[in-house]
Amino acid sequence: MTATRNDQRGEVAVRPANQSGAVANPARTRLFGGFLWGIAGVVLIALIWEGYKFFGPDNGVLIGELRVLPRTTDLAMPHLWDMLTRLAEPVTRADGALPLWAVVALASLMTLGIAAAGWAVGVIVGVVFALLMQRWRLAEFGLLPWIVISQTVPLIAFAPIVKSWGSRVEIGSFEWQDWMSVALIASYLAFFPITVGALKGLQSPDRIHVELFDTYAAGYWPTLVRLRLPAAVPYLLPALRLGAANAVIGAVVAEVSTGLQGGIGRLLIQFAGQASGDPSKAWGPIFGAIVLGLVAAGSVALLGMILKDYRRTEEAA
Amino acid sequence: MSDQIPTTTSAAETMTGAAGADAAVEVRGLNKQFQTASGIVHALEGIDLTVEAGEFVSLIGPSGCGKSTLMRLIADLDVPTSGELTVFGKTATQARLDQDYGIAFQQAGLLPWRTVAANVALPLELHGVASAARRTRVADLLEMVGLTEFADRFPDQLSGGMQQRVAIARSLAEQPRLLLMDEPFGALDEMTREKMQTDLVRIAADTGAAVVFVTHSIPEAVFLSDRVVVMSPRPGRISDIIPMRLDAAEGREERDDDLREASSFFEMVTEVREALHGGASDGENPAPRAARGVDTR
Repeated sequence: MTATRNDQRGEVAVRPANQSGAVANPARTRLFGGFLWGIAGVVLIALIWEGYKFFGPDNGVLIGELRVLPRTTDLAMPHLWDMLTRLAEPVTRADGALPLWAVVALASLMTLGIAAAGWAVGVIVGVVFALLMQRWRLAEFGLLPWIVISQTVPLIAFAPIVKSWGSRVEIGSFEWQDWMSVALIASYLAFFPITVGALKGLQSPDRIHVELFDTYAAGYWPTLVRLRLPAAVPYLLPALRLGAANAVIGAVVAEVSTGLQGGIGRLLIQFAGQASGDPSKAWGPIFGAIVLGLVAAGSVALLGMILKDYRRTEEAA
Repeated sequence: MSDQIPTTTSAAETMTGAAGADAAVEVRGLNKQFQTASGIVHALEGIDLTVEAGEFVSLIGPSGCGKSTLMRLIADLDVPTSGELTVFGKTATQARLDQDYGIAFQQAGLLPWRTVAANVALPLELHGVASAARRTRVADLLEMVGLTEFADRFPDQLSGGMQQRVAIARSLAEQPRLLLMDEPFGALDEMTREKMQTDLVRIAADTGAAVVFVTHSIPEAVFLSDRVVVMSPRPGRISDIIPMRLDAAEGREERDDDLREASSFFEMVTEVREALHGGASDGENPAPRAARGVDTR
């Protein structure tokens, strides 16, 4: 692993000299470098885990009565390879049981779907709030404090209540589903950073640009489409990423507290309960949750790559 | 002031009839005050100025003399406190809505997410010019400012001078009869600046547009202008209007770098400098003030 890494790093160092003048090159090198650092971080954590497990005392490190480092038994800290091989084994001993990874993947997909729905609602609500507040100063004074206060209300704590409210919603053929309560809570966490980021972005155009559009006699909508929205992109992208992370956290926690079946949140609780008999199994959904977060953040990063021209600044290179 | 305004208004009205004959900018008894925390600031007081169609007029003066404010009033980015201001015989607002002028600021003010070509196309796009016509117009403009091969670059890939040339191309996009320029070369190095001045003289002559050019560089004003308007601060007033008599140039388009070394050029520079310093040190400056006092009060 280390050898390959060094090889690759050497290649990176050489490349700019080979392809002189290619504009995209430094960016690609940086991306590649970031990727290597990411792998290095994972390897480091793995080494610390196994290193401590190997060298650390069975009973953990104690100062007086206080255990400052955990026990190193297989029950408390399973080997990494045990966790990984467990992923490939069937989830239960029942006939025809799916392998653990498949169960985790299915649950993650469901949670991802719910989180994505929550994120989408959060984006719409957040951007609409931002547009209102940008257009009317009064709306900013009136709304912003409430939006900030809204985040001090721990909606997750009220998740069961949200669920029971939802179960009473029935409009025509539309019936409120339990997953919608989870998505609602996810959107509640997601909209806040998006509102703040979008507002900052919409307000970001320099006076010179705003006045330029005035001299073109451009009205609100042309100015919004051709100036404010493009200018908001650099502020919106990190906000969308934060929103995506919040939506995933919101979805997982809301699944736990509403007791929704089938998602990764439920699986985390369920398998943690079985940890005394099968310690490696509990790590399956944890890996699932990590991948889930990475996929959510990665999707936004992909969006950022599509919109890369909007992240330029005016300064000369 | 009160007796004067009706007369100018009627004069403006009669002039509106003969469309082509209107002056590019007509300013009579213009005042502009700003309300600040420390009281009222008189940015402009009793400004009278006429810029004929096709004429190049520079506004020069120390900081705080209101030269940029005057340009912003003409551009309808600010509203005068009192007085008369018409652009091609219309109100400034109407002229802005009719897109009678193009504007360039001290910073290029390009949109960083648009290519050079897309930046130049912006005003055309906003005003619904068909895409084929837009493309040919943009190509012409980029050729005029010598940036054809940079059409697909982004602003951050250009030098400051190139960015400014893109901004000038953009200001010319709709073939305005009036160009407003607020220290457009202020941020450039001396060599780029001289090159841009020579280019601007040519472009202004080619397009036949009137230009109101704000600057604080005396040689720049002299080199470019038909007339130099010297302003003095606190309150912002016009202290002198000096017509440029430069041997080398019958028409402005013949001005080139040789002119910068001509003796007539230095004479004019001296004249503007003396007017500037006289205006700054001698607040009274009786001769022109007295004449305008009759006009405006």
